[in-house]
Amino acid sequence: MPEREVKIPIGPQHPALKEPESFLITLRGEKITDMTVRLGYNHRGIEKACEQRTYIQDMYLVERVCGICSHSHSTCFIQAVEEIAGLEVPKRAIYIRTLIAELERIHSHLLWLGVAGHEIGFDTLLMYTWRDREAVMDILALLTGNRVNYGINTIGGVRRDITPDQIPQILTAIDTLEERTKYYVKVGTEEITLRERLSGVGKLSKEDAIHLGATGPTARASGVDRDTRRDDPYGAYGLLQFEVITDDHCDVYGRTLVRLGELMESYKLVRQILRQLPEGQIMVKAPRKISAGQAISRYEAPRGEDVHYVKANGTEKPERVKLRAPTLANVQVVAHMLKDGYLADTPIVIAAIDPCFSCTDRAVSIMDSNNGQAGTMDWPALRSYSIEWYRKQGTDFSELNRKFRILMESE
Amino acid sequence: MLVEEEKIRQQLVEKFGLPTEKITVQRERRVWADVPTAEFGEIFNYAADKLGFVILAAITGLDEGPMLGALYHLARESGIILNLHISVPKDKPVIKTISARFPAADAYERELVDLLGMQVEGLPPGNRYPLPDGWPAGQYPLRKDWKASENGKTEVTENA
Repeated sequence: MPEREVKIPIGPQHPALKEPESFLITLRGEKITDMTVRLGYNHRGIEKACEQRTYIQDMYLVERVCGICSHSHSTCFIQAVEEIAGLEVPKRAIYIRTLIAELERIHSHLLWLGVAGHEIGFDTLLMYTWRDREAVMDILALLTGNRVNYGINTIGGVRRDITPDQIPQILTAIDTLEERTKYYVKVGTEEITLRERLSGVGKLSKEDAIHLGATGPTARASGVDRDTRRDDPYGAYGLLQFEVITDDHCDVYGRTLVRLGELMESYKLVRQILRQLPEGQIMVKAPRKISAGQAISRYEAPRGEDVHYVKANGTEKPERVKLRAPTLANVQVVAHMLKDGYLADTPIVIAAIDPCFSCTDRAVSIMDSNNGQAGTMDWPALRSYSIEWYRKQGTDFSELNRKFRILMESE
Repeated sequence: MLVEEEKIRQQLVEKFGLPTEKITVQRERRVWADVPTAEFGEIFNYAADKLGFVILAAITGLDEGPMLGALYHLARESGIILNLHISVPKDKPVIKTISARFPAADAYERELVDLLGMQVEGLPPGNRYPLPDGWPAGQYPLRKDWKASENGKTEVTENA
């Protein structure tokens, strides 16, 4: 049977939000027999651009690698620059960076929970979690002035201090969010519909997770006990107490439980940071020219590990900047997870690695291996197909959606 | 302090006879080693299989004037990173793939091919990454002599 390549039209670019990419899925009946991924549609040449800009300009540029884990990238980058320059960043600044990092993780994981709910037809969960997410977005805006791309970092410290009157506001929001998350944990562990829908979907064994190089919650949900915050401590993490959440389900259900557990740990971390917040300076002056040298920096972003390499040549611009975002490591694992699974599981399996391109412009090309015919399905069509397919199998979220709505209206 | 890091340096020196000054312990958990390209495969496998560097964090490609460099960032579960550096001449920039040991290397090695013009022996066939299919041959954006043309665009052939 001749293989036919299908050109996939990718929708208009929305660089601030999404990273388009394409999947080519080969099907036998409803089962996926093969899948390839083509990346690079949104390659923006940021590494080259970094070589042509000063370190401080690069920091702002790198913050825009991702619209969600922006603080992760800017922190990862300046950690490397500060190491080369031999800067002693004040403790207070390090704690503030770590605080923003955990708030960013909270907003990212709540966002993910909503997206996951949406992909399986549990839209009330989306409404709930995204409403709650506003609480943490408000805190981020309060502390940094921005909801995303916070601009809190500068080489040698942070640009804004935390004032005493902000602390009770943060704590109140964290208390609310913790209560909410406890409820989601209850839903996650007790609601049979949700558990049945996600269990056994997108299987990834521990051995495969290690061999294929999975990272972040995707790896930890397959029992891989790795977290850069603990293993290669940066920021204030070496001085903070927290658990690394792992799970042995090795499927989308496990990935959900890991993120819920990480939310609970993040609330604890935020409280600890505010309790321990040292007094003092928030920045030291950084030189414009960075002496020759190189450094590698790692950072546990919400989706997994960021890796940045910086080489300095003694001028005010870097010789080389290399960025590795976690999705690049995890997207290669997706093909493995989908193999031998049902087409109907594609949306949630892809969404479960929390990819940075998880929005609507994705187009999926589907090839029937029985007759070699090729066709395309856009993301909303694939999602509807998935929800309908599961409804026919008896997994229906209508009742759970109704229950949630009643709860929401009663508040 | 730095006991484990120094031990790694010692093991590389003893096993492969590398000059001590080619291996640097930069700080806690950061070891850099400049290794001969011919022996890279052996050293790499030793690090991955015997020294416990089971995580491939990334591969960085470098334009070093007459040479092209590749930096393999390997990590231990305990957090130590071993950075293995090799370089090959620009007119014959051939390296061997490590994708058999680390399948995730596929994307990093394709970056070396697309962005720096390296040739990676043994890289399995697949889609190019990250440049578009119609990208002109011989244009390697991460080489120092490569400049985006004046209007900021490089012509890409449609549907190539």
